[in-house]
Amino acid sequence: MNLRRDVFQAIADPTRRAILMLLATQSMTAGVIASNFDSARPTVSKHLQILTACELLKQEQQGREIYYHLNAGKMKEIADFIEPFRKLWDDRFNKLEALMKNYKST
Amino acid sequence: MERKTKVDAVEGKQEIIITREFELPLNLLFKAYIEPDLVEQWMGNKVLKMESKPHGSYQFETQDAQGNILFRANGVIHEFVPDAKITRTFEMENTPFPVQLEFLEFVELAGGRSKLTMHVIYKSVEDRDMMLQMPFAEGINMAHNQLEKVIGKLI
Repeated sequence: MNLRRDVFQAIADPTRRAILMLLATQSMTAGVIASNFDSARPTVSKHLQILTACELLKQEQQGREIYYHLNAGKMKEIADFIEPFRKLWDDRFNKLEALMKNYKST
Repeated sequence: MERKTKVDAVEGKQEIIITREFELPLNLLFKAYIEPDLVEQWMGNKVLKMESKPHGSYQFETQDAQGNILFRANGVIHEFVPDAKITRTFEMENTPFPVQLEFLEFVELAGGRSKLTMHVIYKSVEDRDMMLQMPFAEGINMAHNQLEKVIGKLI
C-alpha cells in the first residue's frame, strides 16, 4: 500500500485522532493502544505506522518494549496555534446562523 | 473573507475568549443553545441529555457508522438566565483533558443582531495550550470530510 505521508490526511481519520488524544499525556505500547479500540490489532498497527510515518508519533525503545509518544513539535506545526481552533468554532457558528435563519422563515 | 469568529488567547493565561456576532435576533441565538434538536444540527453531536436550568446537566455523544462511540462530553449548568447567560462546565469523557468552565453571555445588538461571548477557563496554561494544539479534540466528533475541509484551509 502506498502510504500518503501527509499530516492532514493522517488526522482526517477518527481512529487516528483518537490515538493522538490517547497519547496526549502519556506514552504507550502498541498493545496498550490497541486495547483501547475495538478494531483488530493489525488495523491499529497500520494507524500507528501512518502516524509515525508522518512524524506525529515518535517511537522510543524502553527495554524490550517500544513506546509511542506524541511529537509535540509536529503537533504544533498542525495547530499553528489558535487558527484551527478558531475555524472549528467559526464553522459551528456559521452552521448555527444558517440553521436559525431558516428556522425564522419557516 | 471577514473573520466573524474571534478567539483571544493571551500567552501564559489559562483562558480563552471566543466572540461572535450573529445576523440573528437574540432569542433565536439563545434557542439554538437550548433546543436539543437544534444543538444536534449545528454542533454535529447527538444530545443524550439537556436540562437547561441551574443544577441541570447535559451530555453529548457521537458514534461512527458501526455504532462505536467516538466522542462523549458532559457538563453541569451553574447559571441559566434565558436570553442572557449560561455558566456551565464542559468535560470530554475518556480524554486527558480536565473539565473546563464556560461563561456564555448572549447580548442583543442593534438591527436584529446578537453577540455571543464565550469565556473558557482551563485548569492550567498547559491544558489550554494542549486544547489549542489539538483542535480536533473537540472536533473528533466532526464528520471526516468536514475536518478535512477545516484542516485543508490551513495549508
